Amino acid sequence: MALPVQQIPKWFYSMKINFISITQIRSQFMRPRKTTLHGLLALPQQSSDNFFLWGFKNYRTFSLWNSSLAPSSTRQENIAAQDTHPPSLNGLQLKTEVTNFDSQISLEELEDLPPISPLQQISEEDAVQIVAEPPLPPISFTLRDYVDRSETLQKLVLLGVNLSKLEKRPGAGTLLLKLDFKNDIQKILLFLKDNGVEDNQLGAFLTKNYIILTEDLENLRTRVAYLKSKNFSKTDISRMIVKAPYLLSFSVDRLDNRLGFFQKELGLNVEKTRNLVIRLPRLLTGSLEPVKENMKVYQLQLGFKHNEIQHMVTRIPKILTASKKKLTETFDYVHNVMNIPHHIIVKFPQVFNSKVLKIKERHSFLAFLGRAQYDPQKPNYISLDKLVSLPDEVFCKEVAKASLKDFEMFLKTV
Amino acid sequence: MRTSSALDTVIKPGYWRAQQKAQTALTCPELQQLNRGKELRWERWRVLYAAGSALGQLGTVGRKSEKVSMESLQCSRLNGLFAVYKPPGLNWKHLRDTVEFKLLKGLNSNKQYTPQEHIRFLVAPKEGSEGGELTLIAKSVPALSEHSLVRGPKYTSVKVGVGHRLDVKSSGVLVLGVGHGNKLLTDIYNAHLTKDYTVRGLLGKATDDFSDEGRLIEKTTYDHVTPEKLSRILAVIQGSHQKAMVTYSNLDLKTQEAYEMAVKGLIRPMDKSPMLITGIRCLEFAPPEFLLEIQCMHETQQLLRRVVHEIGLELKSSAVCTQVRRTRDGVFTLEDALLRTQWNIHNIQTSIQKAAPRVEAELEKCQTRALGHPDLVGQSVS
Repeated sequence: MALPVQQIPKWFYSMKINFISITQIRSQFMRPRKTTLHGLLALPQQSSDNFFLWGFKNYRTFSLWNSSLAPSSTRQENIAAQDTHPPSLNGLQLKTEVTNFDSQISLEELEDLPPISPLQQISEEDAVQIVAEPPLPPISFTLRDYVDRSETLQKLVLLGVNLSKLEKRPGAGTLLLKLDFKNDIQKILLFLKDNGVEDNQLGAFLTKNYIILTEDLENLRTRVAYLKSKNFSKTDISRMIVKAPYLLSFSVDRLDNRLGFFQKELGLNVEKTRNLVIRLPRLLTGSLEPVKENMKVYQLQLGFKHNEIQHMVTRIPKILTASKKKLTETFDYVHNVMNIPHHIIVKFPQVFNSKVLKIKERHSFLAFLGRAQYDPQKPNYISLDKLVSLPDEVFCKEVAKASLKDFEMFLKTV
Repeated sequence: MRTSSALDTVIKPGYWRAQQKAQTALTCPELQQLNRGKELRWERWRVLYAAGSALGQLGTVGRKSEKVSMESLQCSRLNGLFAVYKPPGLNWKHLRDTVEFKLLKGLNSNKQYTPQEHIRFLVAPKEGSEGGELTLIAKSVPALSEHSLVRGPKYTSVKVGVGHRLDVKSSGVLVLGVGHGNKLLTDIYNAHLTKDYTVRGLLGKATDDFSDEGRLIEKTTYDHVTPEKLSRILAVIQGSHQKAMVTYSNLDLKTQEAYEMAVKGLIRPMDKSPMLITGIRCLEFAPPEFLLEIQCMHETQQLLRRVVHEIGLELKSSAVCTQVRRTRDGVFTLEDALLRTQWNIHNIQTSIQKAAPRVEAELEKCQTRALGHPDLVGQSVS
């Protein structure tokens, strides 16, 4: 049923949609009823033409897409199973679908059975056992179509994996459909649990890093062993894995390089680097370019000495991953407008973590009240961490000694 | 004697929309949910697919695509206009995005997942017979396809529109519209209401972009500047702008009604015109700083800074503008404006409800004037 090409609307080509294809994996899906009428049937390598030969009228765009599936293998999203055969293919008892829905099973695959005509009389029992579920769409943009028929997906949803986020990532949907819960996923989940990931954390973990389900168990064990050899305790490792899900997907070499980078760059001793990485494991999995840039910003642009940077980073590791624009804006306001010298900023690196607007509002309020005193030697000293970290009501009451309403009225006059 | 005919009646843009305000309901309930957006075009396809496959499905219940982009349940309360206070240094686009994000957060947090069930016909042995006769039995089976983790968040976008914009350096009342309120934004624009600003100026220097952060061009003395000189110049400015208002209002001053309105000073242009200052006065004068209150229409903040610069020139000195702050935009004042910490769905709903009667009253006034005086293009100042 070749449809003319013009029927594909133009917007179809311009959209970047991650297609999830289930060609060749239909055997994985839950079949609630089995009949043994016709014995074993190997799942035919159904060419795309066989699908939806009589298809729904509104499915015309996809039916044409099916017939052009072969040349579309350039699309990265379509993991058309050219190399892998579905594992549970052999030895599976399949029922035959003797209805209109079923496409023509090509004659060469059915060696012993002649094709059954739809007009043939069958017994009541046989009629009842006919499975008349609608066929699954061979390509979809969402996993919602497959959830009800796939055990793997259902178990993942019950674990807490956010399928709506995963289906947007290229290749994730097809990968999840190909995996089998019992054989592949369960082993890795048990491994993660052994390493301290709690049940309620598994969902969020897998939503971030689903690739780990395809990793080799041996590799994962080697990486954990490597971390242990670097004197990370078990609790530390589990904390790191939960906070940075991609950690175990990094090879031993890569982890080694990154740890070495941080040690060299910051010039800290082994124990301090270890503590730093435990506090913010994102440093190991994130890109290193922003860290290098930020180090240069601190040294050259903002004028901090090396030991000052070391001190700040051990207190608040997050300042290494802050954006350059925010850093420069915050420092500009704090140093030039609030007139706070370097050595006081070093004691309170939290200022680099907070929003510039918040600091501006609070400082201008204090200046308006005449309480903007940041010199520790003089009386009525206000420390920077109180300026920055306290919530609004506490700040107003204790630091500014005014009510929240006054603060709001002041903000409307800025 | 002029008789008003359909040709003479000036229909303003948005006039008919205002008349049919009550009839904005869309026809098909499913289409109501499938308004626009790429994703929703796919949803439309899915609805049709589900409808088509319903022929084959034996009793799968309710697979309507319900991804709403407009608030449906809270529709009645999250439609309208509200005002926020824009702090200086924030781009109005980022502000609008932040408000939309906070609204979505509030809307999505309300939804509770109720487990859905589908009806399936399963094969089971008949109750009566013992010979293992099979028959189909309808059973309710839990389905996960409607789970929130599979479908995603229920609300993915909220229509938030911005009224009269404020540039990055200025601050003040910014009117935003949500949902159906966006239509009111056009009506408000066409009502041509005035706005109030407080403008702070600094004598003694002149810069290229008229603000204190620009490139310095010249420095002057300002000892000779007195409050009387300043108020004289402000009076001249107000007078000239008042004259301009009458000309731009395109009124035929030979008619009696127009003359009476002009005498009372109730005229303003109802079409495009350059910036017009309806009132300007000096609130504080402490050299080198001075504070002006300006009521104007069809302005931009940069033009107001230019006014400060020109005042400096008239005073035979020079001045830059340090702060432009809008205190009133049409009907919305500083009291109605929500601060950054108050941008959540509950506050916005209450603010919309509070402001709704005032907005309606103002728009009614403008509409009745447009209908009542078909031969007068310019309308009176509210």
